[in-house]
Amino acid sequence: MKSAAFDYVVAKTVAEASAALAQDASATVIAGGQSLVPMLNLRVALPDLLVDIAGLEELKETCETAAGLRIGALTTHADIEDGNIPDLFGGLTRKAASGISYRAVRNYGTIGGSVALADPAADWPVCLMALGAQVRIAGRNGSRRQPIGDFIQGQYATSLDRDEIVLGFDIPRPDARLRWGLFKVVRKSGAFASSIAVVVECGSGGPVSVALGAAAPRPCLLPTIAKLVSAGETSEDVLRAAIAKDLTAHAPAADPYLERLHTSTVLRAVREMRSQ
Amino acid sequence: MTSVTVDLNGARVVCDVEPRETLADFLRDRHRLTATHLGCEHGACGACTVLVDGKATRSCLRLAVMCHGHAVQTLEGLRDDRLMEVLRRHFHECHALQCGFCTPGMLVMARDILLRLPKPGAQTVRYQLSGQICRCTGYAGIVNAIVAAGQEIGRGAAG
Repeated sequence: MKSAAFDYVVAKTVAEASAALAQDASATVIAGGQSLVPMLNLRVALPDLLVDIAGLEELKETCETAAGLRIGALTTHADIEDGNIPDLFGGLTRKAASGISYRAVRNYGTIGGSVALADPAADWPVCLMALGAQVRIAGRNGSRRQPIGDFIQGQYATSLDRDEIVLGFDIPRPDARLRWGLFKVVRKSGAFASSIAVVVECGSGGPVSVALGAAAPRPCLLPTIAKLVSAGETSEDVLRAAIAKDLTAHAPAADPYLERLHTSTVLRAVREMRSQ
Repeated sequence: MTSVTVDLNGARVVCDVEPRETLADFLRDRHRLTATHLGCEHGACGACTVLVDGKATRSCLRLAVMCHGHAVQTLEGLRDDRLMEVLRRHFHECHALQCGFCTPGMLVMARDILLRLPKPGAQTVRYQLSGQICRCTGYAGIVNAIVAAGQEIGRGAAG
């Protein structure tokens, strides 16, 4: 349970971080370290160099704009849980934050780290996907933006180049009252989810998005069920059939147990959304 | 080795550490602050919970190099804390420890819970405490102690 040796450098600017990452193929970024340090201690991760980005001001920029919420990558789960950043989403982000791991981990774990690690069962990727967030990325060749669904490419795989880091996220402002439902199944509070669904409806009868995590190598949007929920479909049989169709298309490896689990998670998130 | 300066329980300490050294090992091995217990060393058990800049954190999941310029408080540093005095008394009265291995982390977390959530009920305490493992399974006494301490502080007797 002790990490192997590595070198350590504190980046003072994004450019310094990019340069350090570009020079060493096995360099890894550390911010809150709440996923990385366990991996180091278990020697699952064996980097030669850790690049500490926890002090970078550009990654702390959080502000409300006309377009929505810009949230810095270094924002901790606890900051969001405690309402220290603007809530444009009717409490969804606070609820999501409060369910991640334990308070002592939420105090240091960051939203940027969670997305950059891209664990298939993590809370933020699913939540941000349902909210249509864009990822802001910077590297040696400047900065770019990408929808989170394209940024996450698979299990622990993202579009980040070796020299790139996540600056933060832009979440569009809902143009009507947002209703949401979040349901996850965990064997023990604080564990990664066995299944997690987030449903968001923008205005009564407005567009709905349904995101599901822990069902495939990366979180996925379920379009068939989303359309039916938006149309106000209430028949559970019809909703179940729609989820089955979406699972076949987007999470095909599901065995009968997992299929029932994910179906139930999505249905409960829909019910929670409709009860708001 | 990298030189770090840390405010440790109110005293400024400067020492050289290996980058891979966790805050927990830094506290126990370099400073003999052995109230901080190491159970799992990967963030699962909560026995090593300490305060960094006043925020509860697992010292096995913090690198000592990353604590440079920060304030660390261990259970030893909370000896005269008024809230901790109340908690210690209720832990005693409610038989909230058996072997005592998890107790330092339980106390640090209990204090954090009471500071954030005044007069918490048993269900709130159980949820908030779910990251702390007691392998003697003495949770009932621990939860009772924290609820009772919260009630006492809520009445304005301390804190």
